[in-house]
Amino acid sequence: MNKTVERLKCGMITENPTFVQMLGMCPTMAVTTSAINGVGMGLTTTVILVLSNMMISMLRKVIPDKVRIPAYIVVIASFVTIVQFLLEGFVPSLYDSLGIYIPLIVVNCIILGRAESFASKNSIWLSMFDGIGMGLGFTIGLTSIGIFRELLGNGTIFNFRIMPESYEPLTILILAPGAFFVLAFLIAAQNKVRIHKAKKAGASVTVCEREEGCAGCTNTFCGGKAFTEESVKREKDAAKEA
Amino acid sequence: MDYTMKISSSPHIRDWASTTKLMGQVIVALMPATIFGIYNFGIKALVVVLISIISCVIFEAGFQKLIHKKVTVGDLSAVVTGLLLALNLPPDVPFWIPILGSFFAIIIVKQLFGGLGQNFMNPALGARCFLLISFTGRMTTFTYDAVTTATPLAQLKAGEGADVLSMFLGTTAGTIGETSAVALLIGGIFLIVRKVINYRIPVYYLGSFSIFLMIYSFAVGRSLDLTFLLAHLFGGGLMLGAFFMATDYVTSPITPKGKIIFGVLLGFLTFLFRTFGGSAEGVSYAIILSNLLVPLIERVTVPKSFGKGAEKHE
Repeated sequence: MNKTVERLKCGMITENPTFVQMLGMCPTMAVTTSAINGVGMGLTTTVILVLSNMMISMLRKVIPDKVRIPAYIVVIASFVTIVQFLLEGFVPSLYDSLGIYIPLIVVNCIILGRAESFASKNSIWLSMFDGIGMGLGFTIGLTSIGIFRELLGNGTIFNFRIMPESYEPLTILILAPGAFFVLAFLIAAQNKVRIHKAKKAGASVTVCEREEGCAGCTNTFCGGKAFTEESVKREKDAAKEA
Repeated sequence: MDYTMKISSSPHIRDWASTTKLMGQVIVALMPATIFGIYNFGIKALVVVLISIISCVIFEAGFQKLIHKKVTVGDLSAVVTGLLLALNLPPDVPFWIPILGSFFAIIIVKQLFGGLGQNFMNPALGARCFLLISFTGRMTTFTYDAVTTATPLAQLKAGEGADVLSMFLGTTAGTIGETSAVALLIGGIFLIVRKVINYRIPVYYLGSFSIFLMIYSFAVGRSLDLTFLLAHLFGGGLMLGAFFMATDYVTSPITPKGKIIFGVLLGFLTFLFRTFGGSAEGVSYAIILSNLLVPLIERVTVPKSFGKGAEKHE
């Protein structure tokens, strides 16, 4: 039982597909123009993720290793088609606003990634909860991005007007660049909390301690990520050997 | 005689230049255009300029204080950003537009990427495009003498003629700083003479833009029309962009060859946007797009340290 809870927490927080793994960026950027779209896309993906994880876990001893990716795609595509028809039939407004991104769930790297890295190696029960956790994590990511974009870009949240009528919407936030701005700010805020927490817990945080930040730093191995001296040294040694 | 050698550590060649002094020169060079803009559009233009500069300085100082960095507003770069941003705004914008623009320019484009020297695109232009996309109506409504009119460039695009003389002098509708070609030319030539900027980027920019425009005119069967060409050169933000925005040290190539490539690329993109684009203006998008290509341009134009390298033997 403990493991199932851990799967849920892992998907929603510690390995959140949007904010930590940065998977499925294409639908993340494209459909989060409003909070409701974010929820719709997230839940659609969740349903498909749970079903495909279960099916692939069931078939994990049947699928030959060499053709596993095409086999996964067939499984995922079948579920996507089913869900697509259901959406078209019962929630046509959501179907219209998500548009091309519903069939594109087939190639969503979260689903393929979970199939490859989890469902193909674990039991049906665990795979199902892994799907729920990851799917809800994705939904949380999309919804929170959607909330900020809709609030600033349209003055509403879930179509309820929050900002006063005189507020002039920052249209750029519901256009493509806005998705990048909001995602970047949300990730930055979360990293701040994570690092703070880890520091408090006394973990050796691998954060660069340069006072002036990345300005003028010549460490090309880092690329803006936090680094430790050991990791740099290891990289250098590896480069020497190569 | 005393032959004692003086020993000192590098650098051995010193120059008068410092960031503060260079930025001061740019501000001086922008003064003709600024003063003309205020004369042309009245006191409201002055208000926009002041709000923009003050908010840029406050945002820079405030952010640096907040993250415990050294406060470097003394280098005047925030003042230049604020001034350039104001010159890129229509005079009738409400007071919060320059403040929002300054926030975007200083915090998002400049400080979040590491401050002066680390920004990958011109902060003032980034903010202008941010505002232009967000508030298209406000940013493209120009009034002149209390009458809402189209800019000369928009009239030109609509197929109307243009009064080149008034465009050269600047008595037309437009953003605060872009209307007067002569004031911008004075400032630009001042910068080139004082060696603050190199002549290559503006000259190749304006030159290649003219050539592309003429080739296009011939291709569509228009006779050589000097008025058309001059109106395009003096109209819109081309002069402001070529002398003050494209030559920004941080976001333009440092190699001489790179500067030429950069200038020609700017000319081509501006021609493309102005001729085939939906809006009449294309300078700001051309410049920020080219800013993104600067690292690539610099990579292919790295000069050889010594000589030309040995011939290749197969």
